[in-house]
Amino acid sequence: MDNMGLGIIFEGNNLLRLLGGLWITIKISFISVFVSIFLGIILGMIMTVNSRIIRVITKIYLEFMRITPQLVLLFVIYFGATKVFGIDIDGQTSAFIVFILWGTAEMGDLVRGAILSIPKHQFESGTALALKKHQVYLYIIIPQTIRRLIPQAINLTTRMIKTTSLIVMIGVVEVLKVGQQIIEANRYTAPDAALWIYGVIFFLYFIVCYPISKAATILEKKWASN
Amino acid sequence: MVDYIKSFDIDFIKQHIPQYVDAAWLTLRIAFIGIALSLIIGLFCSLILHFKVPVIRHIVKGYIELSRNTPLLVQLFFLYFGLPKIGILLDSEHCAYIGLSFLGGSYMAESFRSGIEAIGKIQTESALSLGLSRFQVMLYIVLPQAFSVSLPSLCANVIFLIKETSVFSVVALADLMYVAKDLIGLYYNTDEALLMLVIAYIIILLPISIIAGILEKRLRHG
Repeated sequence: MDNMGLGIIFEGNNLLRLLGGLWITIKISFISVFVSIFLGIILGMIMTVNSRIIRVITKIYLEFMRITPQLVLLFVIYFGATKVFGIDIDGQTSAFIVFILWGTAEMGDLVRGAILSIPKHQFESGTALALKKHQVYLYIIIPQTIRRLIPQAINLTTRMIKTTSLIVMIGVVEVLKVGQQIIEANRYTAPDAALWIYGVIFFLYFIVCYPISKAATILEKKWASN
Repeated sequence: MVDYIKSFDIDFIKQHIPQYVDAAWLTLRIAFIGIALSLIIGLFCSLILHFKVPVIRHIVKGYIELSRNTPLLVQLFFLYFGLPKIGILLDSEHCAYIGLSFLGGSYMAESFRSGIEAIGKIQTESALSLGLSRFQVMLYIVLPQAFSVSLPSLCANVIFLIKETSVFSVVALADLMYVAKDLIGLYYNTDEALLMLVIAYIIILLPISIIAGILEKRLRHG
């Protein structure tokens, strides 16, 4: 048989292996997103503090994380850090480090934007109603900030999932690597496997990301109206 | 740390700077063409969505969802390794252009769309009552205003797309990433190669990021 077409996906446990690879991608991005959201909220609050030094330091961190491609960061951690500190970091760990560092920067900026977007009169009206400072934050500012934040945080999650595809370049066996293995293993029996395997991976990513980004759009619309 | 910095091989860096410069030009050329194509695609897509052109509108929507929800790396693998199996052979540079504009088009479309939506209906209605045609209203009234509204997000997309060019080394395009990987493989000078790589990207992207920041501040005041 020299032309198996789509059949290659369903042969043996190929589909399960692909899904297993996808799971690694998703696992890395979800854990990174979770940690980034937590650290990003702290960073975002720090960034609104009125201190020149803190502003400069956070700004440099943010700019650096934003303008350096994630692939370059992965290389710097995976190959560079190993040499500089003489420690052995495996691919997954360096992926976690890079995505948490990057995610924290992005999330921090979103949090900062959300806090600054709350008009000043909200603080003032709250105070005028004799609410204490922590009450103003708890009942007025934080609920509004979260509404602005959640859709953007969800969007960050899809970006994270998409960017996680890069970890194949530092030797993590995830969905693309598994795909390559299947293609190589069937080089003679199914020469056109590449088309189908990469096509399936393409749609797997779509199936994962589409509902998430759809949820972000729906929430954005719902909360924007009231 | 000082010892570490002293251990840097300055001669190696000097010797290989030209390679990085060439690669940087290639990265810039691909980014420039890719971004120009994405802007055109994005503008057309957003106009189709705005005017609610039947049938095509749904195709555009599908394209936007498909391209926004899949990683560029996977798109490239499909283009470069998948398509030749059905006889569509693309060289790496064309793959890069197609990949980048396929990805960028949808991002640009979303930026333009939100810009057009932000322009009040009153603008269109006033212009129509002045006797301008729908085409003229779009060209002279809505688009110029929409463009300045969406400029910050367009700039963000430009930075995003230039960063995305770093994955083109997988389709054997000799960009910055490729040169760095090559040098690491050939000479084991990992630190120097990676340092130059980071610096090269900072040199390319920092000015753009600063300009974007200035534009955004200006628009907020305006």
